[in-house]
Amino acid sequence: MSKLTDEKWDIELSPQSSPFDLKLKDMWHYRDLLVLLVRRDFVSFYKQTILGPLWFFVQPLFTTIIYTFVFGSLADISADNLPKPLFYLAGITAWNYFADCLTKTSTVFTVNAGLFGKVYFPRLIVPLSIVVSNLLRFGVQMILFLLIMFIYVFKGANIHPNAFLLIFPLLLILMAMLGLGLGMIISAMTTKYRDLSFLVTFGIQLMMYLTTVIYPLSAVKQKFPSYTWIVEYNPMTSIIEAFRYGFLGQGTFTMLSLGITTLVTFIILLVGILIFNRVERTFIDTV
Amino acid sequence: MPVVIKAEKLSKAYQLGEIGTGTISRDLERYWAKLRGKEDPFLKIGEINDRAKKGESDVIWSLKDINFDINQGDAVGIIGKNGAGKSTLLKILSRVTAPTTGSVKVKGRIASLLEVGTGFHPELSGKENIYLNGAILGMRKAEIKRKFDEIVDFSGVERYIDTPVKRYSSGMYVRLAFAVAAHLESEILIVDEVLAVGDAEFQKKCLGKMGDISKGEGRTVLFVSHNMGAIISLCNQGIYLKNGQITGNGSIEEVMKIYSDDRDGGYSKAVKILNDGKKAWLSGFKVTDEDGTEHIQMEGKKTVQLEIDSTKQLENVSVGIGINDVNDVRITTLFSKFFDKKYTLQQGTNQISCKINHLNLKPGTYKIAIYIGNDQETLDYYDNGLQFEIFHSVKQTHLLPDSSQGSIFTEQIWI
Repeated sequence: MSKLTDEKWDIELSPQSSPFDLKLKDMWHYRDLLVLLVRRDFVSFYKQTILGPLWFFVQPLFTTIIYTFVFGSLADISADNLPKPLFYLAGITAWNYFADCLTKTSTVFTVNAGLFGKVYFPRLIVPLSIVVSNLLRFGVQMILFLLIMFIYVFKGANIHPNAFLLIFPLLLILMAMLGLGLGMIISAMTTKYRDLSFLVTFGIQLMMYLTTVIYPLSAVKQKFPSYTWIVEYNPMTSIIEAFRYGFLGQGTFTMLSLGITTLVTFIILLVGILIFNRVERTFIDTV
Repeated sequence: MPVVIKAEKLSKAYQLGEIGTGTISRDLERYWAKLRGKEDPFLKIGEINDRAKKGESDVIWSLKDINFDINQGDAVGIIGKNGAGKSTLLKILSRVTAPTTGSVKVKGRIASLLEVGTGFHPELSGKENIYLNGAILGMRKAEIKRKFDEIVDFSGVERYIDTPVKRYSSGMYVRLAFAVAAHLESEILIVDEVLAVGDAEFQKKCLGKMGDISKGEGRTVLFVSHNMGAIISLCNQGIYLKNGQITGNGSIEEVMKIYSDDRDGGYSKAVKILNDGKKAWLSGFKVTDEDGTEHIQMEGKKTVQLEIDSTKQLENVSVGIGINDVNDVRITTLFSKFFDKKYTLQQGTNQISCKINHLNLKPGTYKIAIYIGNDQETLDYYDNGLQFEIFHSVKQTHLLPDSSQGSIFTEQIWI
């Protein structure tokens, strides 16, 4: 063989590869797969149902009703002087997006082992498709939120949408990245030893109580000033507070807290991608 | 022809046994060694993979220091016994897993077909699954769209194309899945035993399509199968793997010859296990040609040699040999009773042979069932796992019957 033919190999399969090699060229080639996976998730969700995509409304709607009754009326937890259903719905909608991204991504390797064991495509496509298909779901739930919001605006309730609405896309990206990053870390850590996956299901539940979904940050500051940091350091808190502030006019966050959240999110995502890339190459041998 | 796949010192180690609390300490030890820049302490003790023997280490080399080149346009058949490392090799080449050491360099796009219907979603319609499956296999949407009619046509399930695939019969499912894969446009295609499905007509179609791909379109094909007939008709090159190492590499005829000469009576070993409480049992079996080698071809005389172990002297024993095709359809039966031949078995090992002068079995794998009995009882009946292979002869010029045209080639003169 001449030297000439040896030089231009398209693919080299070797034990190690650079952790920063994201195979972006490959990812671009498989972009249609991303779209088709999202479509598959969305379509197969409501196959053989009568209500179809309307089912996306049911979960947040009923959760809001229950929360309004239990936390709002029975426990009488403050809702930042906002209409209680709207307060909870805002929290639930945002939290659900983050939580769904995280839980679904955290089982990427174990759930798709059959597929990954038979065919190659850039594995990162699957977590990305999860984030995007949850985005569709989130979009549908946002419609519900906006509908109810308009009803309250029409009734003259105490809500003041403001210029902070403009950072909504940023908040959305942060939530997606945070869920994706944490999910990828967990998924990579559960391929060989499954222990961590037990933690995810109830951990996400517990984390919700440390996030300002069913109570506002202002209430924590007022009642437990010395423990506020636990809730405040949670990156999801400032996202949800900012979300509520933009749409409803009430929420406690600073540009600094949002900046820290952004930084933390980027670090988590980076770590997630690095670990994911590392595990992806041989996980099928130990899954 | 330029080299499109080049494997250099390729190895793959697997860990045997269960993964659990017990393996964490080892993982930590490995990690610690890696941190200090030392070699993985557990890979050193790995040994050659022979599944029948109990090893000392629980790290096994499924592939060990494999080197080979594959040229563009070659159709390479990879053969070997179960557990020889064939699937591991395909997994590495199709990028499902990474090698433990060594490397493979590849020119061009690889598409692998380790299973038909990978990623099919039961709830989605046939049409939706064509797109999804195509994309998973690496096709662009526009490419699938362009070939959509061709795919549907090839699969022959046009009427069901808007029905969820969970309502398909398993045959239809496989047809659709193979149809998608057959229309991949990669430079290199890797296929693992997927042709063992579907009815005879469809198998023929698949083999035909595979032939077109390798011969007509000049693409490189790697093909693993236990169906020697299919391998010989499709491939021009062969790689024979044994215990994770390459034992034969070259033209398919050469490799087949090495393969058939190399079998170490593995079948008879399998038989011996089942002798509990029997008075006499089959302990050895082989089919040879006139020269006594196991490289038997379609034409020519054949001899079936049996070894029968007996615990005592037995009179009036008759022996039957049933020859089945791979689908367990009986082709013919050789029975000593037909000719009123009775054997007397002595205590110990007895040799019994049956010569066949005219039985032109077409190349492929055949299964064997053996009956040993006397007038009172069945002494031994064995029909599990015995097989022999008929190999292609190099000089053969005429065509052969395909899978729907029977297994026997009859001498014929057309006037």
